[in-house]
Amino acid sequence: MRHTTRASVPLAMAFVANAASAADARYNLQPPVTGVAEQIYGMHSMMLVICLVIFVGVFGVMFWSVFRHRKSKGAVAAHFHENTAVEIAWTVVPVLILLGMAYPATKTVISMKDTSNPDITIKATGYQWMWGYDYIKGEGEGVRFISTLSTPRDQIEGGAAKGANYLLEVDNPVVVPVGKKIRILTTANDVIHAWWVPAFGVKQDAIPGFIRDTWFRAEKEGVYRGNCAELCGKEHGFMPIEVHVVSAAKYAEWVVAQKKRMAAEAQPAAAQASANTAAAG
Amino acid sequence: MSAIPHGLEHGHDHHHPSGLMRWIQTTNHKDIGTMYLIFSFIMFLSGGVMALTIRAELFQPGLQVVQPEFFNQLTTMHGLVMVFGAIMPAFVGFANWQIPLMIGASDMAFARMNNWSFWLLPPAAILLVGSFFVPGGASAAGWTLYAPLSIQMGMGMDMAIFAIHIMGISSIMGAINIVVTVLNMRAPGMTLMKMPLFCWTWLITAYLLIAVMPVLAGAVTMILTDRHFGTSFFNAAGGGDPVLYQHVFWFFGHPEVYIMILPAFGIVSQVIPTFARKPLFGYASMVYATASIAILSFMVWAHHMFTTGMPATGQLFFMYATMLIAVPTGVKVFNWVATMWRGSMTFEAPMLFSVGFLFVFTMGGFTGLICAIAPIDIQIQDTYYVVAHFHYVLVAGSLFALFSGAYYWLPKWTGHMYDERLGKLHFWCSIIFFNITFFPMHFLGLAGMPRRIPDYNPMFADFNAIATIGAFGFGLSQLIFLFTVIKCVRGGEKAAAKPWDGAEGLEWTVPSPAPYHTFEEPPQVK
Repeated sequence: MRHTTRASVPLAMAFVANAASAADARYNLQPPVTGVAEQIYGMHSMMLVICLVIFVGVFGVMFWSVFRHRKSKGAVAAHFHENTAVEIAWTVVPVLILLGMAYPATKTVISMKDTSNPDITIKATGYQWMWGYDYIKGEGEGVRFISTLSTPRDQIEGGAAKGANYLLEVDNPVVVPVGKKIRILTTANDVIHAWWVPAFGVKQDAIPGFIRDTWFRAEKEGVYRGNCAELCGKEHGFMPIEVHVVSAAKYAEWVVAQKKRMAAEAQPAAAQASANTAAAG
Repeated sequence: MSAIPHGLEHGHDHHHPSGLMRWIQTTNHKDIGTMYLIFSFIMFLSGGVMALTIRAELFQPGLQVVQPEFFNQLTTMHGLVMVFGAIMPAFVGFANWQIPLMIGASDMAFARMNNWSFWLLPPAAILLVGSFFVPGGASAAGWTLYAPLSIQMGMGMDMAIFAIHIMGISSIMGAINIVVTVLNMRAPGMTLMKMPLFCWTWLITAYLLIAVMPVLAGAVTMILTDRHFGTSFFNAAGGGDPVLYQHVFWFFGHPEVYIMILPAFGIVSQVIPTFARKPLFGYASMVYATASIAILSFMVWAHHMFTTGMPATGQLFFMYATMLIAVPTGVKVFNWVATMWRGSMTFEAPMLFSVGFLFVFTMGGFTGLICAIAPIDIQIQDTYYVVAHFHYVLVAGSLFALFSGAYYWLPKWTGHMYDERLGKLHFWCSIIFFNITFFPMHFLGLAGMPRRIPDYNPMFADFNAIATIGAFGFGLSQLIFLFTVIKCVRGGEKAAAKPWDGAEGLEWTVPSPAPYHTFEEPPQVK
């Protein structure tokens, strides 16, 4: 028994290391780009290793028994049915292992909940079935837009070839500067939605009538994609989230462009605007 | 009853109705147990057809088979039908058949109520499944029926609510019956701590049912009044809170998880000692572990709600409490392995399913521990990882234990041995296809595929295709079970009173098949 366990530890480690080194996210969490996501990634890998070691240990014993202690091999049943020392050991040892797991998890929970002192605050509102964004504080304050799925319908229902970002692309992505603390306030207009970007380690329900918050600080420029993660009706699978993390300079440019767009939209005669709204509606 | 002379009581038996009326009027625990088992298998096949339709749609990216609205109806109804129609009634069927036989009672304590608790189920099932055919279709709010989405649904939602009410009443009556039977009708000499573990797990499960089914009834009733009577329990505009629904639902929902697994632990604890030919290791610690799991199950409900945005202290409390459940669950797994250790094992179908249960259920236990860690859960909540996790504990846990118990007691129920080769074939097909179906879902969830979506990005295509192939294999494998049971009922090698040489317990002291009336004179337990 001891032999089996000892041999299996490096094996399990090697397996996990292999899985982790497969750079694409096919077998593991998406590559993290925030400190919190990094912690979650590391914690998950650690737990996977611990669980695998215990699993291999326990089932090493079981399969040893399955192959050795068979009636067909002439095994005669022993009669023991309790052993206080062993029973105390396998109650206490798991408690210690759990304490070891709880410690890093507690630190991460506390840092995930710390939404204080953000550089930029954005409100994300869930609608059936799109996201509305309002930049309410920090650079870009006042920018607001609606973000909807941009995958063409004929890719979904027809035979058109599906793009690489099928169902994960939107018309107006969220843009944020790299390295800045972004606080996301979530709420919803109709039913519960959830704002989720896996690479940031962020998932927060958007609850109608209430405001909740979460935060992230993306450390790497790039495009990160997520989905609505709470069943919200028939188009639940079709309201993705797309976040562009850009340099400070690019962000400033984007803010200027957005402000121009909004000014242009506000400019035309009131009659023109209401006609547009009616046509869009 | 005591006023009736003994002979007359027997005379009554010769007049009991035959044909359909026998089944409608019966108060016999064996008849009622059989009806529960048949009912749950029909529901299992119905829920299975829904699952296969879901998997067919998910075979490839794009919408091919069903539209999103109907897809959501299927996922909702698959969950409701499997939980309330298949798994729970199946365990009640086992309880009906086995508890009186195992404690040496002549029948359940409340025989007429027993009849009523079964016959409530078919109307409930008709309401539930019939809701597909009403305007607007069945409820599409997920089996959890979260408000406010469930407020938006059509009349199918009301039918589901009434079905849940009726099934809840049935469960509560069944549970009361089991508690009273176990506490009052044990044979002389059978103290609680001598009781077979299956009876212990059911006793504890019955208390859980009595405690939480009314909570579910309250939750869905509040949805009903929010829908039709202008209340705003879950509507912020009227002073309510959508998250309140989740708290109430999961206060039912988490003990419900254990309602579906504790009797499974009981079955496995009967089967493993039998085929290891060795007494159960740590009987007392098994009982204490079961009770601790039941008590802890009331303190962990909000681990389903880590993403709702509860404060850090709330997340930490529910995370710690949830992790704690790993301890008694671990004790159980260790006890089963220690029971097998240095036994003299044979691997007939019941034992195969129990060992398969142990192996695969434990994987579900480990993913459960990973889900308990709040930060990791926030990443994988509402993804396919969770779908994989709960199918590992519900299919490989509850369902495999049910199959194990079915093969174990079929000789007692039918008087015939089942076809061992078919039983083994059923096991190997089930466990292989089960893993082909659900193992890839862990990867899908980690990589970021949400659950309850009818269409997905092509990067998830290969694992979804594998899962679909596995699901169809798993579904078809269950027809082997159906065929084996029918074959066993119709004939086969005659079963001895005790067909398993390592078996112990009162049920093996009566002939096979168990006569219509057993233990009219209570046996003595030394």
